[in-house]
Amino acid sequence: MQDIVFAYKDITKRFFGVRALKEVSFELEKGKILGLIGENGAGKSTLMNIMGGVLKPDEGQMYLKGSPYTPENPLDAACAGIEFIHQELNLFTNLSVAENILINQFPCIRKTPLINKRIMKESCRKLLKSLNLDISPSMLVENLSPGERQLVEIAKALYSDADILLFDEPTTSLTAKETENLFSIMRKLKDEGKSIIYISHILSDVIELVDDIVILRDGQVMGGGPIEDFPVNRMINLMVGREISNVFPERTNSSKKKLVLQTDHVSETGMVRDINLKVHEGEIVGMFGLMGSGRTEFARMLFGVDPYKEGSISIHGETLPKRNPQESIKRGLAFITENRREEGLLMDSPIIENIGLVSLPDYSARVTRLVDSKRLYKRSNEVATSLRLKCNSLKNQKVKSLSGGNQQKVVIGKWLLKDPSLLIMDEPTRGIDVGAKYEVYLIMEHLASEGTGILFISSEIEELMAMCDRIIVWSRGEVMREFEREEFSQENIMRIAFRQELEDASEKRRWQ
Amino acid sequence: METNKFMKFILKNSTAVLFVMIFVMFGLIAPRFFTLKNFQNIMSNASYIGIIAVGMTFVLLTGGIDLSVGSTMYLSVVVCGKLINEANFPVFPAVLISLLVGATVGAVNAFSITKLHLVPFITTLITQTIARGVGLFITRSVAVNYPDSVTLMSTSTVAGFIPLQIFIFLMVVLVACIVLNRTRYGRQLYAVGNDLESAKKAGIKSDRLIASTYVISGLLAALGGFVTITQIGRVNAGFGSGDEFDAIAAAVLGGASLFGGVGTIFPGTVLGTVMIEMIQAGLVFANVDIYIQPIIMAAIIFSAVFIDSIRTMQIKKLERRNILKA
Repeated sequence: MQDIVFAYKDITKRFFGVRALKEVSFELEKGKILGLIGENGAGKSTLMNIMGGVLKPDEGQMYLKGSPYTPENPLDAACAGIEFIHQELNLFTNLSVAENILINQFPCIRKTPLINKRIMKESCRKLLKSLNLDISPSMLVENLSPGERQLVEIAKALYSDADILLFDEPTTSLTAKETENLFSIMRKLKDEGKSIIYISHILSDVIELVDDIVILRDGQVMGGGPIEDFPVNRMINLMVGREISNVFPERTNSSKKKLVLQTDHVSETGMVRDINLKVHEGEIVGMFGLMGSGRTEFARMLFGVDPYKEGSISIHGETLPKRNPQESIKRGLAFITENRREEGLLMDSPIIENIGLVSLPDYSARVTRLVDSKRLYKRSNEVATSLRLKCNSLKNQKVKSLSGGNQQKVVIGKWLLKDPSLLIMDEPTRGIDVGAKYEVYLIMEHLASEGTGILFISSEIEELMAMCDRIIVWSRGEVMREFEREEFSQENIMRIAFRQELEDASEKRRWQ
Repeated sequence: METNKFMKFILKNSTAVLFVMIFVMFGLIAPRFFTLKNFQNIMSNASYIGIIAVGMTFVLLTGGIDLSVGSTMYLSVVVCGKLINEANFPVFPAVLISLLVGATVGAVNAFSITKLHLVPFITTLITQTIARGVGLFITRSVAVNYPDSVTLMSTSTVAGFIPLQIFIFLMVVLVACIVLNRTRYGRQLYAVGNDLESAKKAGIKSDRLIASTYVISGLLAALGGFVTITQIGRVNAGFGSGDEFDAIAAAVLGGASLFGGVGTIFPGTVLGTVMIEMIQAGLVFANVDIYIQPIIMAAIIFSAVFIDSIRTMQIKKLERRNILKA
């Protein structure tokens, strides 16, 4: 019998009458990593928020080391030794690494209110070292890379000497190497007797890392136990509630027709060098590369958000004006950005305002420019239905309250209203679950079959290989090679992306 | 690459660069600008706006704004004067009470903003009107005169050579610097200004911190008012109006961001304040028409704030990572 450090017992939670959790019970053992998986909207976040004192359960109890645990606020949770590492970082970019780590517990000089900077730096230096993070404690967080920031976030949680750590999708912004480092740190923590709950959509990571697993669906525990008892198929089966024979849909082979996008010698100092590429109607073209290889930067230039020095971009044979997203949209470009929270959505606005945002001019009367909201609603509703958007009300429900997969559908819906001829998708499946991913693939396939050209940026090589007609491999701002579908090979693509020798690109990424 | 580094240096230190530029410019226009007497004048004029600007910096750091400081100054010195003149209070307790009046106005702001969730801009615009109104109600808009016991203070010095008002200013700056840089309170203030949501999640009592900045701002406005009356000895109905503009300008010239999270007392706000006084003195030396002076003043502040906004963008651009550089 192992020690149980934390237990949920019959937790039920409703939001405005809608049940989010139903009689959830499971236990976390000391010195183990528990994987918590489930589709978006299955109730993982609600469960975590209840543990963290952000929400209160309607029914049921929690037990911390055998005694009842009723946190009133996040501070109570922290005092009880429970720390969260969120998907989105909670760091203050204008403060130093050490200040971020100690933000609520600065060491003071004797009894004065003055911060003891020496002790502060000393204790952080040790901590950073244990995380294999080679940065100075006095460095400002704004100068760190996403991966380094994630590790600082973890250092924050570790400093308070928590017994229970919750990792919510910690790897989404990390490179493969940084992820490997994170996993070894998590294993080390486990060996030190800490208990960890790990939430992730990347099932292979879960299998590699966790000891036990709990699967949630629609607010209920569908199954749980030692990871050995749950092969991937069974996990997916329990998560989705239906058999997904294929993770990817069948691609209908679209014959190449008219040229949609052509770029000629596009260059920008320090960003991209001499980019020539073509996308045809009905073609899905993948862009693969390591983080910081210039794909996102190039996409932003294409869409007209960022400037480029040389070269030209044309759509349907017409040259696209530089730095003019409005003109780009008019000519049929659509851009699904990498981070939907910051760049893709108005989180506090209702769904319909988000879906209608780009096409409002198309729905306004000729002279008065008043928006015909009836027509907009009708069309938005059609799009929402075709995307199988799960929501209560287009008009009243805020995007914030949707699950990640459904948020992504809102972003896609926004552009579908414009009937784009070229759709740029930057990591469209990041942070969404298997079921929602499959639906995004289906949408892509459907759009391509109707003649939309798709530029598909992704770091997941499997999805690129399954979905694309061609894959363009990037490295350090240059196109290294193009692969036709027949030539796809995971190993070759990776080797090209790494410029054949496996040198460390992440170290040299930042430029001071 | 070298020009890039140079540009970055200029942009990052734009306050200091601007300071030197203005300094040299007026020196060339009017050589009399470079006299010890003139610098002493600039410093002692800078002291009262400087004290208010320090309070303003606290508020700006949280992303707020305090438009009520000018009226707060007026109300607090009126109370001080009435206590001394009509209630025969000794100077010291009268000053203490006037400081309390300032803090109270700040507390009203704080309460409305953090508890009633009103927008700082509107809240402080309202208290601006109220504080001025109460002051005018007390005085019936008649000027208040201060006895010699108050005005003589302006001639007293600390340690034999530092005029009292400058000493008070330096003390305020010193304490504010220590508080912002070396205490948990100060560092958390920066955190709140950087990302309010994250600050709340980190368990920082952000409401309490934000509230405190308005109290500090009100208190320092009252102190600034007191420092002024020691110099001018008489206060009329328009006293302090428009000073909020100078205080905000001083903080922003010094690099504080109106969006919160960015700004320093020293060198920032201190340099900003001295810069404003330098421009004002310089315009006098250069014999610029007195009615044109405020326009020029405003234009200079406009350009400084404008430079600040392009600066922020440029720094971002220059610091954008360079992928090609292997």
